[in-house]
Amino acid sequence: MKQKNCLWGLLLALGATLLCNNANAQIGEPFIHDPATLAECDGKWYTFGTGGGGLISEDGGWTWHSGAVRPGGGAAPDVLKIGDRYLVSYSGTGGGLGGTHRGQVLTMWNKTLDPNSPDFKYTEPVVVAESEDGDDCDAIDPGLLLDPTTGRLWLSYGTYFGNIRIVELDPKTGKRVEGNEAINVGIDCEATDLIYRNGWYYLLGTHGTCCDGVNSTYNIVCGRSRSIEGPYIDNTGRTMIQGGGKMVIAAHGKVVGPGHFGRTVVEDGVEKMSCHFEADFEQGGYSVLGIRPLLWKNDWPIAGEVFKEGTYEIESERHGYALELAIDFKRIEQQRRWFRHQEGEEIKPIPMQTLNDVINEWPKGEIGVRNGDFMVRPHQLWTITAVQNVGGFLGQPYYKITIAGTNRALAATSNGEVTTVPEYNGATEQLWQIDQLTDGTYRIMPKEVPGTKSRLCLMSIADSTPTLGVFDFNSDNCKWNFKK
Amino acid sequence: MDIPYIIINFASIKPKKNYYIPMKKILYCTLLIVGMLLSPSAMNAQEKYFSLPTKEAAKPDNDGFIRRWFVLEPISKPNRSNTVFTDSYLREVFAKEYFPKQMTILPKDGQKVKALFEKVDMPKDYRRVDPATLKVTTGTETLKWHKLDSKTYNLKLMRFGEHELQRLYGVIYWVVTIIDCEEEMKDVRLSIGSNSASMWWVNGEEALILSGDRRMVVDDGMSNRLTLKKGENIIRGAIINGPGMSDFCVRFAKENGEAIVKGFTIK
Repeated sequence: MKQKNCLWGLLLALGATLLCNNANAQIGEPFIHDPATLAECDGKWYTFGTGGGGLISEDGGWTWHSGAVRPGGGAAPDVLKIGDRYLVSYSGTGGGLGGTHRGQVLTMWNKTLDPNSPDFKYTEPVVVAESEDGDDCDAIDPGLLLDPTTGRLWLSYGTYFGNIRIVELDPKTGKRVEGNEAINVGIDCEATDLIYRNGWYYLLGTHGTCCDGVNSTYNIVCGRSRSIEGPYIDNTGRTMIQGGGKMVIAAHGKVVGPGHFGRTVVEDGVEKMSCHFEADFEQGGYSVLGIRPLLWKNDWPIAGEVFKEGTYEIESERHGYALELAIDFKRIEQQRRWFRHQEGEEIKPIPMQTLNDVINEWPKGEIGVRNGDFMVRPHQLWTITAVQNVGGFLGQPYYKITIAGTNRALAATSNGEVTTVPEYNGATEQLWQIDQLTDGTYRIMPKEVPGTKSRLCLMSIADSTPTLGVFDFNSDNCKWNFKK
Repeated sequence: MDIPYIIINFASIKPKKNYYIPMKKILYCTLLIVGMLLSPSAMNAQEKYFSLPTKEAAKPDNDGFIRRWFVLEPISKPNRSNTVFTDSYLREVFAKEYFPKQMTILPKDGQKVKALFEKVDMPKDYRRVDPATLKVTTGTETLKWHKLDSKTYNLKLMRFGEHELQRLYGVIYWVVTIIDCEEEMKDVRLSIGSNSASMWWVNGEEALILSGDRRMVVDDGMSNRLTLKKGENIIRGAIINGPGMSDFCVRFAKENGEAIVKGFTIK
């Protein structure tokens, strides 16, 4: 009997572990190497990888399956939507691993990324950059940037063999601008990418060892420049021509070897970065798609973390108050005395208030919420748990938010307010999207608000009053912190 | 800030051995300073903080604050600490009828009401005493409604109470104002800051409760979205305080929290 119990306990623990792990990695079959920047097309997300093909997510970016179609094979593609078309760039060769450094970068267009669409048809690829064996460059691994300040289109390419180069393309044709000369901007990177933000151009590249499974040391670094043509300088003053680069993401948790950066701007203040991890220990050491929040610190990009399940204080960035049930504050009994310790008096710890101390005094039905002074009390502690099989968003599943130790769940209401219901039942207004914002704080959004199609977020309309409203990154009202 | 506590706690600190700290002198000096601070303002409270309203309708100030209120002289309701102001306590206390037509009256300036009061003789070391053992006496007294225009965005209840009844702490204030909306206003929020706890009603419906030991903070709490009808709308509030300053500020805000500064007048 005891053995049986032990077995059940083991199975439960294993199940819990798997559930936990599933909440920290893309699910489905997210196996890919060198994923292109994530691209949305008609409500689905796409990425392409080395060797052709790619992944599709139909649930907002949490579950990924193979099925994207990209011809041409080769290494490390990128994709960029320009107008109503998608420009796909890729290298028709596989790099120098086989001894040759003859490479070609090509571009081609498609009206859609959906292979089932009648409009799905790639244009004839055109070569936009090449390398020969004698060159100090290997023309593979392209990255695209449409400069938002000028409308000019740029492409970076190259690998460990020699220089990283950029060339200018025509954004209307995807062809190389006539007479354009390649510019050397870095050395010894793989899978470079160019991005622009806040007056800075960034060159991102991958350092370290590729393609060695759990022993791959791949990591993503960057330098920045006020000019697209460089020099790209890291935080120590070294240029990327000198081998410099500030770390953006390295191995963490049970994934190692991040490579091939891609930036996705969801909206102001909400950015994601995509990459692959050379190996995910939980998924057989295969190379998998990674999606992380992209944060910015002093105008340097840093990878955020996938939200970790657990029990937290949910602190409003507006004033620092904590989200709590609107119930009576219950005092902890303590001997009445003055502040000063009396000589000889024994010092005894005072037990923390527990759920059992208070829960029977709480109303049984809906209980409203408010923000208040955090006092480490049961009505202020929220357990965040990933919910499976209900879809998700870029890089994360939806979560339920319940009072720790109970099934009392945070829920959006049809009048645009927020409350708690006594029992979580999986309704869409009880599912929450938690995005880490570019400044490190969090946005909390219900999957749906009853009676409206508007996307609203949890916000503090006043210091003490949470509600639902339109997200504004420039307002601390819309930001929250999760504190242990 | 809880002035009486600070004084008492300072007075309770015992000097270390071999050091002489004139605690009694410190206590007397502190009391003297507090007295000096309080007295002039008490004498000039009406002139300093309030003006008599004119017959013309008032407008919200530039930040949207409503400064014109009917204020009833403070009802005595002793509380030695503001931490007792839980939601349940407030609902119970404010549900009690202290004077006739408490939730419907549209008072006139100078109108008198017979109101219940409570009094407690606080022992000297009241912080050490179980509140349940304190003897509470009740009775009725005549209180008067005052129509006031506050000179500041926040209406300083303690100065008003001090001037009218020399009643500082352990009080309940009832306040009423009537606003006249040019048009129906949907999805607006009543925004309150109060010291200490308070409860508010718009056109007889509960709009907001601010429990706990509250400081007066602009936009501390806001109601759910509500509708102000075209024409008259009645805003009623009850503010309770134990020790410390009593005041409140009220304005309306749009759905997104932005203050509403026009579109209505205050009668």
